[in-house]
Amino acid sequence: MITFIALSLSASVCAQLPDAKSIVQKVDDNMSASSRIFTSKMIIHNRRNTRTVESKTWSMGENKAYTEYLSPAREKGTKMLKLQDQLWIYSPETDRIIQISGHMLRQSVMGSDMSYEDMMEDPKLLNHYKVEIAGEESIAGRSCWIISLAAFTPDVTYERRKLWVDKERMVPVKEEMYAKSGILLKKTELSDFEKIQGRWYPKTILFKDMLKEGSGTEFVMEDIRFDVPIPDYIFSKASLKQ
Amino acid sequence: MRLAFKLAYKNLIGAGLRTWLNMIVLSISFIVIIWHKGLIDGWDNQARHDMIGWETGGGQYWQQNYDPYDPFTLADSHAAIPAALQVQIDSGNLVPILITQGTLYPSGRMQTVLIRGIDPGQHILKLPAHLLTSDSAQITALVGRKMAADNRIKTGDVITLRWRDVHGTFDAVDIKIAGIFDTNVPTVDMGQVWISLPLLQHMMMMPGEATLMVKKNDASGSVMVHGWKFKDKEVLLKTITEVIRMKSTGGFMIYGILMLLAMLAIFDTQVLSIFRRQKEIGTFVALGMTRGQVIGLFTLEGTMMSILAAILSAVYGIPLLALQAVKGLSIPGSSTDYGLAMADKIFPVYSAGLVAGTVAFILVTTTIVSYLPSRKIAKMKPTEALRGKLQ
Repeated sequence: MITFIALSLSASVCAQLPDAKSIVQKVDDNMSASSRIFTSKMIIHNRRNTRTVESKTWSMGENKAYTEYLSPAREKGTKMLKLQDQLWIYSPETDRIIQISGHMLRQSVMGSDMSYEDMMEDPKLLNHYKVEIAGEESIAGRSCWIISLAAFTPDVTYERRKLWVDKERMVPVKEEMYAKSGILLKKTELSDFEKIQGRWYPKTILFKDMLKEGSGTEFVMEDIRFDVPIPDYIFSKASLKQ
Repeated sequence: MRLAFKLAYKNLIGAGLRTWLNMIVLSISFIVIIWHKGLIDGWDNQARHDMIGWETGGGQYWQQNYDPYDPFTLADSHAAIPAALQVQIDSGNLVPILITQGTLYPSGRMQTVLIRGIDPGQHILKLPAHLLTSDSAQITALVGRKMAADNRIKTGDVITLRWRDVHGTFDAVDIKIAGIFDTNVPTVDMGQVWISLPLLQHMMMMPGEATLMVKKNDASGSVMVHGWKFKDKEVLLKTITEVIRMKSTGGFMIYGILMLLAMLAIFDTQVLSIFRRQKEIGTFVALGMTRGQVIGLFTLEGTMMSILAAILSAVYGIPLLALQAVKGLSIPGSSTDYGLAMADKIFPVYSAGLVAGTVAFILVTTTIVSYLPSRKIAKMKPTEALRGKLQ
């Protein structure tokens, strides 16, 4: 009898839980756009100092992105182009374009907590991860689903991830990325959500390399525009030298 | 001939301070040339010895994609150890090494490193690999003295190491520094973390694989293995050989300046002698000496200067150079930053060939320089020379 009641209760709880896949699908849909143009500030908190790097980014889908750095003076004019799984950087100091690959992808972008390979990752989580709801938690007064992600393809950067998704807005508010051994490697915290063109979008993302000292890197997006037409020439190597 | 030697010797001693000054300048040239060449030879010896002992061994088998100068190749530079080479590993003539990239986090700082896996039981390289043997589950690692100093690492420290496996997935673990080794070879020290080979193979999901294999120094021969290329000792030591050759060539400039000073002094002395000793030259000719014999006498005087300088050099140079050969010459600690194998102290090596060669070189040069102004004697008229008339 007790077993029967327990099973019935558990079945009723499971019935109330939404499908983890559909949650992640909604997150993917919310976070991606056919095109995006935004200016951003990358605030890098090091052990001794804090510095800010400003840039403007044009992106098309998930595979094309072009960034031009606007300040500080040392970085001004540096441009970055991502096409599929390739990345090029133009430095005005040397007037040369170099392709970032191999170990260089593991270097941090402008001394931040983000590496080039973080930027190269396929953001479509369902392509690589088996997802399941691991629980619920309230973050900054917002009720969230905790989604546990376990890789089913071997060629992923992180074997396990944990994602906190706002139940109402269907946007991630926090993410943790783990090594195979279970050590927490990176954490991102998303905040300053704003409804832009009908979707909730985080204007601030805090990236933190958990193995490194420092308060992490804040990525603050300003003036975001979705689904705007971007000419093709922007995503060409020739535009790097312009 | 004996008379010529006697006369030359008397004339030289008679010239007093002038002879001493020439001899001192020449003897300094002797000492500096021998010292500098000895230093270069000493560095060469030490660098080759250390590189063979710590890195190159008697040669290396490289996986065909491996290029130590191109880190982009590292991700694809691993393969299963072929059976033909496994036989040599089993007989202790070869040690396999697996190399991958990783990130070390000493005290919360981020340091890109190369993780090298080596057999803890190996005896081919000087690396104290036996320290990697551990009974506990914790991974133990070795780092070099320079790497430890740069990152403030001490023996017993526990540091997080992050890497990506063969599929590119991140993994991380806390490693314990089992020891800090002292080597003069920066390529096995700076930015390198050494751990046990079977452990690294497991961490990377590359069982039985290696990037390169180091041959025992005295093991003979090499075999052709598909997918692997053999690099002999001389190829692996090429960089240091070229740097030393370049340094050696650079030394010729110093020798040139020194020799120029010494030869100028001798040339001047000869010109002055011929000018001031015209009556003497006239007398020699009047007494029956041929002009050739008189030229020979003056040339011999110059040459004898270098012989006396060699004796003078031996008097104060041998103790000085011997002392340096024993005590060595301290090299600034930052020298290894240039990526060259350089000990804290270099001990010059003076071979018999080096000393004999330097003496012969200076002797011949001095003879030529002494002969050139003496040719003027051939044009002198003995009667006018006897009268001391300027010619």
